[in-house]
Amino acid sequence: MWKWLHPYAKTQNAYQLCERLLPWFVISAFISFTVGMIWGLAFAPSDYQQGDSFRIIYIHVPSAILSMGAYSAMAISAFIGLVWQVRTAFMAMIALAPIGAVVTFIALFTGAAWGKPMWGTWWVWDARLTSELILLFLYLGVISLYASFEDKQQAGKAAGVMALVGVINLPIIHFSVEWWNTLHQGASITKFDKPSVAPEMLWPLLISILGLALVMGAIFIRRLQNEILRRELHRPWVQSLVTQTKRK
Amino acid sequence: MPLLSAHQLSVSKRDRLLFDEINISVSAGDLMYIKGPNGAGKTSLLRVLTGLVNADSGSVAYRGQNIMQNRETYQSDLLYFGHALGINRSLNPLENLMYWCCQHNVMTTKNAIYDILSVLGLVGLEDVPVSNLSAGQQRRVALARFWLKTAATVWILDEPFTALDVQGIALLNTRIIEHLQQGGCVVMTSHQALDVDYPTKELQLEYRI
Amino acid sequence: MRIALKAIFARDLALAYRQRSELMQPMMFFILVISLFPLGIGPNPATLQKVGPGVIWVAAILSSLLGMERLFKDDYNDGSLEQIMLSATPLPFVALVKVFTHWLTSIVPLLLLSPLLALFLNLTEPMYWALLSTLLLGTPLLSLVGAIAVGLTLGLNRGGVLLALLLLPVFIPLLIFATAAVEAASLQLPYTAQLAIIGAMFLISLALAPFAIAYALRVSQN
Repeated sequence: MWKWLHPYAKTQNAYQLCERLLPWFVISAFISFTVGMIWGLAFAPSDYQQGDSFRIIYIHVPSAILSMGAYSAMAISAFIGLVWQVRTAFMAMIALAPIGAVVTFIALFTGAAWGKPMWGTWWVWDARLTSELILLFLYLGVISLYASFEDKQQAGKAAGVMALVGVINLPIIHFSVEWWNTLHQGASITKFDKPSVAPEMLWPLLISILGLALVMGAIFIRRLQNEILRRELHRPWVQSLVTQTKRK
Repeated sequence: MPLLSAHQLSVSKRDRLLFDEINISVSAGDLMYIKGPNGAGKTSLLRVLTGLVNADSGSVAYRGQNIMQNRETYQSDLLYFGHALGINRSLNPLENLMYWCCQHNVMTTKNAIYDILSVLGLVGLEDVPVSNLSAGQQRRVALARFWLKTAATVWILDEPFTALDVQGIALLNTRIIEHLQQGGCVVMTSHQALDVDYPTKELQLEYRI
Repeated sequence: MRIALKAIFARDLALAYRQRSELMQPMMFFILVISLFPLGIGPNPATLQKVGPGVIWVAAILSSLLGMERLFKDDYNDGSLEQIMLSATPLPFVALVKVFTHWLTSIVPLLLLSPLLALFLNLTEPMYWALLSTLLLGTPLLSLVGAIAVGLTLGLNRGGVLLALLLLPVFIPLLIFATAAVEAASLQLPYTAQLAIIGAMFLISLALAPFAIAYALRVSQN
């Protein structure tokens, strides 16, 4: 069933696939991200309780969702790499990690910025913010483990194991933090109650999520290509690629 | 059937291809000598042959069976002597060897170890912590394994002569030839010219960029 | 295989005894960190009681991290590890035995010190029993999961800080449940639920960690 995937385990084929996919991703990312942002930030109706400050959810929610999504994608590629010993999978993992970390940071930052008008303070030990903070730590752990090794093949495997440990732990962390939060919550903090979202708010939100996902996808593809080139610098196919581009 | 064979081995380290598509076949009584400049991948090749390191592609077989699938059978017949001696500095030679024997399912007694240590010229040093021994003496402690694990048929030796004196080299040479005559095989690297009166197979590795 | 595992156990015990001064250091660190807190936040017994469980657990995690590197580092450097890996004994079992010995020699002393610390931080008796049971269930978890990261960072020269970076986020749930159990005990509430969760986490790690450690050790040999 997965036979068609096998050729892409070879770095050269993966590189060429990326080359072919990239323009589609860039175009669709540009369109959907622009539409989502403009619709959400300028045209969607403002919330009757929170006014215009709620509009940050068009950045916060996509980044929060995709920060988790990127981590799962990272863990899946780590798993593929570890089980089937595919080098490209480790490259994909490490290409994803910094993107995920940045998106997690954006989610944290926008969460804090949203907290200022809502709670009157930049930082509250809210369950979701705390989970997100721990997620950022997990990303940074994987990245710094990978960076510490000189031998990147070994680095990929080590970081892969750590990513898997993280992904097993992620639900436990989420659950524990949630539980810790209800235990310690003072009366002054109100949780975000999620009322059913009106469709005129939901659509721009969905488009923003799609937009951010595509932007991340495009960046990921470019990063993966760079990673492949950096690692395979001495291989003949990279050399011939370089001479070809020079001739152009 | 060869005792140890490698089929189309390719190994890269730090994304540099050390060697590719190497074929090796070592039969009982063979002494294989791997030559090459520093960085050519001699140690990596030996470690792949032991099963410590996975090759990028290709396979190693012991008596025709892939060593990764039959790790236990292979490793009970294997003796590896690497750069690091595997001797703990806080323990004395006797303890080091006793624990090593238990880990490798080698039945032995204290007296047997005393005898072997005296053959190796370590009389009176049996219960001195290894950290108090000289580099050559430490290597001799590790060499005792060649006399202890008599069931091992495949010997993989990485620079076994380093830091040994003339007498030590002679002792080891004799043991190697004895092993070969008993139907074992040896794969080894050495920077010293091999000084054994025995036909050798040679494999030359080149340094690649 | 039994003989081989016993030999590994006996060897590690002997080594721990020879290097006992090294084993003392994390313990001293543990006591020192905990005595810093009353100095930092004032000696008010009620405050100390409130922060006590958290402080003890944070200190226990930090000091267990300090001693964690000993687990495989010497064996890796002097080649004993590759000799063990080349013996016919299955590596996950070897890892389990080594982790257990390490726990026995470097964490159990911390547990023995805990009554003293409970006294320092003015914990009540039910709180102490809750603390001890969370430590008993939780510290093996620390050792098992920690050993994975130790295996992964073996090939690096300076793994110490990195080890903490990797492990501290992973230990957060344990910290939360353990301190919650002690807190419940301070209010005379049952805390079996928290203990059960810690126990479940311990069992999961007991089932999975040996294989992850074995894999990590194999990666370190590349």
